[in-house]
Amino acid sequence: MSRLEITQLNKSFGALKVTDDVSLNVEPGEVHAIIGPNGAGKTTLIAQLSGELRPDSGRIVLDGRDITQTSMPERVHLGLARSFQITQVLPSFTVLDNVALAVQARQGSSYRFFGNVASEEALNAAAMRALRDAGLEDRAGARASALSHGEHRRLELACALATEPQLLLLDEPLAGVGGEDAEAFIARLRALRGRLTMVLIEHDMDAVFALATRLSVLVYGRIIATGTPEEVRSDPAVRAAYLGEEEMPA
Amino acid sequence: MTAATAVPTRAPALAPRLKAALVLFVLFALVPPVVMAADDPFLILIATRILAYAIAAMALDLILGYGAMVSFGHAAYLGFGTYAVAILSSYGVTDIFVQMLGAVLVSALFALVTGAISLRTRGVYFIMITLAFGQMAFFFFISLSAYGGDDGYGLSQRSTVLGSAILENDVTLYYATLAVLIALFALCHRIVGSRFGRVLTGIRENPVRMEAIGFSPFRYQLTAFVISGCMTSLAGVLLANQAEFVSPAFMSWHRSGELIVMVVLGGIGTLTGAIGGAVAALLLEEVLGMLTEHWQLWFGIFLVLMVLFSPRGITGLVEQMRGRRE
Amino acid sequence: MANLFVLQLLNGLQLGVLLFLIAAGLTLVFGIMDVVNLAHGVLYMVGAYFLATFAALTGSFWWGLLLMFPAAIVVGLVLEVVVIRRLYARSHLDQVLATFGLVMIANETVKIVWGVSPLSVPTPEILSGSVPLMGPLQYPVYRIAIIVTGLAVAGGLYLVINHTRIGMLLRAGATNRTMVSALGIDIGKLFAIVFTLGAVLACFAGALVAPILSVDTGMGESVLILTFVVVVIGGIGSIKGAFLGAILVAVVDTIGGVFGPILLRSVLDPAAAGQTGRMLAPMLVYILMAAILFARPAGLFGGRA
Repeated sequence: MSRLEITQLNKSFGALKVTDDVSLNVEPGEVHAIIGPNGAGKTTLIAQLSGELRPDSGRIVLDGRDITQTSMPERVHLGLARSFQITQVLPSFTVLDNVALAVQARQGSSYRFFGNVASEEALNAAAMRALRDAGLEDRAGARASALSHGEHRRLELACALATEPQLLLLDEPLAGVGGEDAEAFIARLRALRGRLTMVLIEHDMDAVFALATRLSVLVYGRIIATGTPEEVRSDPAVRAAYLGEEEMPA
Repeated sequence: MTAATAVPTRAPALAPRLKAALVLFVLFALVPPVVMAADDPFLILIATRILAYAIAAMALDLILGYGAMVSFGHAAYLGFGTYAVAILSSYGVTDIFVQMLGAVLVSALFALVTGAISLRTRGVYFIMITLAFGQMAFFFFISLSAYGGDDGYGLSQRSTVLGSAILENDVTLYYATLAVLIALFALCHRIVGSRFGRVLTGIRENPVRMEAIGFSPFRYQLTAFVISGCMTSLAGVLLANQAEFVSPAFMSWHRSGELIVMVVLGGIGTLTGAIGGAVAALLLEEVLGMLTEHWQLWFGIFLVLMVLFSPRGITGLVEQMRGRRE
Repeated sequence: MANLFVLQLLNGLQLGVLLFLIAAGLTLVFGIMDVVNLAHGVLYMVGAYFLATFAALTGSFWWGLLLMFPAAIVVGLVLEVVVIRRLYARSHLDQVLATFGLVMIANETVKIVWGVSPLSVPTPEILSGSVPLMGPLQYPVYRIAIIVTGLAVAGGLYLVINHTRIGMLLRAGATNRTMVSALGIDIGKLFAIVFTLGAVLACFAGALVAPILSVDTGMGESVLILTFVVVVIGGIGSIKGAFLGAILVAVVDTIGGVFGPILLRSVLDPAAAGQTGRMLAPMLVYILMAAILFARPAGLFGGRA
């Protein structure tokens, strides 16, 4: 059984078709990158997968279960998490509390009105594990609003990991991150490979080819090719679509 | 910091505020002896009124400060509390615990229904809809002619406690009100630091993030809304006993606005601040009222200036102070 | 019975056009500037006081009405420049507090300037008296004039909104605020115009009712909340919604108050029906609002919730 099965997904904004008959399977353990020129509808696709947007038609099946009409919070409980292209954090919370809240969402009741949550060791320990995976453990006590951009990106990842997803949707995790930071980040994502399934949107082609086990190319809302990195790289349609946009790495 | 020691032991952020609250409570406890010395029994009633409003302001802060829900209809719950006393006692039910139970049940139901509708919306809509529902309750009690309608209804006696009329004594009523305030403060304090409180605060900070980690904001906000409404109604029960009179005036939209002013004056999202804000606002009202018959004019000017001349608004000012402290 | 119904329908229509005049400005201010303005009801009250004062000074309702307009423009502009303009970038909570302060200031100022006893304004000669409607039914000419004027203003606004450049900007701004600034429009000027227009309409509504209501300090308050209900029902930012919402709210309010008890009498005994009806009638518009919002959280014509 595929981890994620997308069947004939369609979404329009007015006359503009942003998702055009997209069908796609994501297998357990793979890192499936979705690439394409700007405006190809990548973020809209992720939004539909995560539950932020409802498709006009089509089906999304997670681990054999139809989640097309399921809300974003419920999808999280079914094991689907996402990171945002534009960082979404709880600014006045500490880094640890940001992540501990994600652990709490996953593990326990949030209708407890007594007991000091800040001293719950189980929540904090799980949160620390996620922070370590994201490489942010030494900033656990800092306020989220005091983090640098690169640290924000890692906090995004840590929050998503803390929900213990089966499938992780990464919407440009490297946006605005450069140089050594980017390399370290790619290494961290590589280390997660095999532990969970990932769908990755990324403009940084070095990152895509370092991480992806399979690729899909989205152009004007339509998938024009799917395959291993080598297959996609040599696909003539892909080369044509990318002409003048950005250079495919050889 | 190494991973082994990394779970930070936090200096409890609430400690200074808790201390401030304790100081306030001790001061409150000292009011009756001082007032006795001043030999003006009316002052104790004013002080009781201030404490009752402090309860209401604190309850509002729970959703306004921690949940970012600007409810402009909270006076309705004061009204439910006051009328629970009037209506039940007219049927011979004078026990304050039964009256409180009645007030809480009605408030819970009203908050559940109106909250469920209001919380489907955001921002400006939420403010206007809670205001409209508050006004609906107001008009309901105006048309309640059996209890005096617009003119209100005088109580023949104060509530009893387990059959005893001890609240007829103004000082006892004052200490009873103080006891309720302290108990509810402790409750709010616990809630704010709990799992539920953290979810509520998280929704205030960033609802999108909360949904992405698996929380549906609606049900937590609604729960907080109901809790806050119920607590506010207890303030109403005490106010009715303080005034020995109930009227729709307790639930006018001005009253709702004043509750918001109290919360903001003392600093939102701190609980202690709401208590201090209630004291400050009502004392300001009393003092201005003694100086001029047009105290509302000066109070209004004070409000406008306060908003305009704090660089990022009052909310910004509070954040600034918070940031400086930590 | 039919007579009573027609009478109440006309009363509802008259209240409806007044509510529309007030709500039109308010819905634009909410929609375009995203500002909660609790002081909008104050403008309605101020309009009535202006008319009462100018009419008394000049001895003519018409001169009073004419002089009311420049005064209303001045009040609108001053309010925008001194207070409202500084609130655009603020939180809703700040807006609530500042405009709540304005309400207190305005109410007290009016008490200081005009005293606490209500003023009355004579109906202009030419519009006094009644006209026969059907059978023995008479209806005051002045109230008919209000309905006609209100409908004319609504028609005028419709033309402005749908067929002029500024109307186009208003529509765009109400649904998508960032778009207007992307068009390179002087937002500050647009906001000032919109706010002042809304202020003048509210003042105009106050001036119109001055001859049929007693002019006093409380008059803005009840109207403000009803206007909120109208705006919420119609959908924030929608003039069309404000119009339909206003008529709906007003008709339900007036007809429900009279016919609710009559309808209830068919299921309850008369005493109970009277009692229940009196209690339910003032709540009807809020129940209507709740029902509409339950089905459509953004109101009838609202794009954003």
